[in-house]
Amino acid sequence: MDGPILSVNDLKTTFQTANGIVRVVDGVSYALRRGETLGIVGESGSGKSAASLSLMRLVPEPGLIEGSITFDGTDLLSLSASEMRKIRGRRMAMIFQDPTASLNPYLKVSTQLTEITRLHRGYGRVEARSHAVEMLRTVGIPDPERRIDDHPHEFSGGMRQRVMIAMALSCGPELLIADEPTTALDVTIQAQVLDLIRELKERSGTSVILVTHDLGVVAGMADNVIVMYAGRVFEQASTRDLFARAANPYSIGLLKSMPDPAREISGPLYQIPGLPPDAANLPIGCPFAERCYRAEEICRREAPPFIEVAPEHYSLCHFAADVYAGHTPAPEFGL
Amino acid sequence: MTTDQEPLISIRGLTVSYSSGRGLIGKRHTVKAVDGVSLDIAEGETLGLVGESGCGKSTLGRAVLRLTEPTGGEVLFRGRNLAELSNSAMRAERKGLQMIFQDPYGSLNPRMTVRQIIEEPIRAFRLAGCSDIGARVRELLETVGLASGHLDRYPSEFSGGQRQRIGIARALAVEPEFIVADEPISALDVSIQAQIINLLKRLQAEKGLTYLFISHDLRAVRHVADRAAVMYLGRIVEIASGREVYSDPLMPYTKALISAVPLPDPNAEARRQRIVLKGDLPSPIDPPTGCPFHTRCPYAINDCRYVVPQLVEIKPKHHAACIRINPENPDIDTNAKAESGATSIFEHGSSGSNGSIRIDPSKSA
Ligand SMILES: Nc1ncnc2c1ncn2[C@@H]1O[C@H](COP(=O)(O)OP(=O)(O)O)[C@@H](O)[C@H]1O
Ligand SMILES: Nc1ncnc2c1ncn2[C@@H]1O[C@H](COP(=O)(O)OP(=O)(O)O)[C@@H](O)[C@H]1O
Ligand code: SF4
Ligand SMILES: [Mg+2]
Ligand SMILES: [Mg+2]
Repeated sequence: MDGPILSVNDLKTTFQTANGIVRVVDGVSYALRRGETLGIVGESGSGKSAASLSLMRLVPEPGLIEGSITFDGTDLLSLSASEMRKIRGRRMAMIFQDPTASLNPYLKVSTQLTEITRLHRGYGRVEARSHAVEMLRTVGIPDPERRIDDHPHEFSGGMRQRVMIAMALSCGPELLIADEPTTALDVTIQAQVLDLIRELKERSGTSVILVTHDLGVVAGMADNVIVMYAGRVFEQASTRDLFARAANPYSIGLLKSMPDPAREISGPLYQIPGLPPDAANLPIGCPFAERCYRAEEICRREAPPFIEVAPEHYSLCHFAADVYAGHTPAPEFGL
Repeated sequence: MTTDQEPLISIRGLTVSYSSGRGLIGKRHTVKAVDGVSLDIAEGETLGLVGESGCGKSTLGRAVLRLTEPTGGEVLFRGRNLAELSNSAMRAERKGLQMIFQDPYGSLNPRMTVRQIIEEPIRAFRLAGCSDIGARVRELLETVGLASGHLDRYPSEFSGGQRQRIGIARALAVEPEFIVADEPISALDVSIQAQIINLLKRLQAEKGLTYLFISHDLRAVRHVADRAAVMYLGRIVEIASGREVYSDPLMPYTKALISAVPLPDPNAEARRQRIVLKGDLPSPIDPPTGCPFHTRCPYAINDCRYVVPQLVEIKPKHHAACIRINPENPDIDTNAKAESGATSIFEHGSSGSNGSIRIDPSKSA
């Protein structure tokens, strides 16, 4: 029971895109301890969802997942499809930004919630229903005995998100993968949903992977963080270390471009110039070089190394140590 | 920005009702999406408008531009009442009043190239001769930070942030004075949000633009807006400078909104006191009586269910609508402690049919 709940090694995922087969996750490794929350951040298109879907082996054909994913001692990539189905939804569950991705609009919530526990836990009809009502109550749906027979569209956005969480949690998974669960929600409802995830963790010790593009969400939720860019891990650290002393120009850019309401800002916000590169046409060298304030000639020529700048604190950068030491601070407003 | 001069935009008692056929027993319902809003916006100012989805921000923004017909109240643009203008006069006026939308995907015609999208308003208002129009389009594109190589591409070939730049270029094409920016950054990554905020601020400085900046993100409003108005169920419940609304909020609702904002600092996050609001925004079809916030307010007392609070100047240039605070006692926490145990603090005016009391919101602020 002491080993990590999940360990991912050199994960590489390819997708079939309009531009042919594209590698959208390129060498991601991490370990998640039991009861821990790992935040995965990065701009859109950096491969966060692809990396998360890979864990569930939900990558559409002819996409490919390489490397190794070990869940509680089991190598997931060597399982048969039916063995994988037994783990998915029961021991590992996923929630999405868009609840319609996992809720069927034509079926009552009660049908969808009871189906899983009847399948995975062998519950009878009555038992499954009372369990489902309990789950809805747990996630804060008022009047669950009545609401359980509603269809998904009869719930507001925030409530629908809760229904999806109830469904993901109904078999008591050991690992919850939440892919931008609050991105489409108001801050007030976001706070409720994040509170709910915190509470569940405390109560049942669930391990969580929380994907978000909002570093503010990471700051309040995650123990450790992975910063992704162009399918790669650009920085990996404890949340505290990352915020206290980031070691990668990209992470620094993300941190600085977020307005901190607690501080007075005069003048423009820090901005990272340009856009993330197209996964199908990555430049040689560092994929961030074109947008980077620290870049030198070598960055456009050679892929950067992954350097341990401090214990358990890694940065993918030719100048990781220099950036970590603060020798070349980012320009005040970005490039 | 000075406050003594005549405001560029003056909104007085603006009300917008939608009638919706959907109801429990098939009855026609009216949704008061905007309920007696009064606001002034000075020339060159950015007024931020925040509130949860469904509180009426977009409706208010559209009604100010008369893209949605108000059911009551008026909007003055440089002192002229927009509602009294004929359709053709309004069309001419619309040139000065533009809108930028949240959804950079839905708001651009997918079958038009960038060039056509930006040319359209220039042609419609005959703002450039045929020979100048190409130069004008290129200039606009450059202003918003796009390359002229992008001119003959279609919206689908751009990222969200780039599409937002195209929408901004289109709005700027007619040289407006006033822009309603309706959640212009909500659909974008944080890094791209910073780019768009900086662009909007630079354009404002260069062209003296006036903005109504709508957002559900207080972090952005705090940074962008000179003054911020907080909206709840169709009403403005607090208004002050952007800084003061954030650092010294008076309304329990505003406090709750702020406490829900994620802070980019793990230490601050670990220390902070959260006020997590229960439940969703109530349905505007059947809004709560009295203070619209009383169903979720941790400080609500019995009177809050009956009395409609007025927007009152509690501190200099800081207005709030809550019966538990007043200029002498602006801090609701202190008041709540002092009054605990007290019963009704309010003498009832007239009683409504169900025993509740409604007091007409008079025009204020
Ligand atoms: N279903 C898909 N088919 C093909 N390409 C995809 C698919 N989903 C994502 N991609 C591409 O894979 C890359 C990574 O995307 P994604 O994992 O969704 O990033 P993120 O979640 O960080 O926004 C992007 O370049 C994206 O365009
Ligand atoms: N065209 C419409 N017809 C009927 N109801 C509408 C219409 N547009 C908005 N509403 C309702 O008016 C209220 C305010 O909506 P909106 O102005 O879009 O709020 P916000 O922009 O703050 O999210 C909501 O309850 C919404 O459902
Ligand atoms: S390797 Fe070079 S381009 Fe990449 S992040 Fe480091 S300094 Fe910037
Ligand atoms: Mg994603
Ligand atoms: Mg809106």
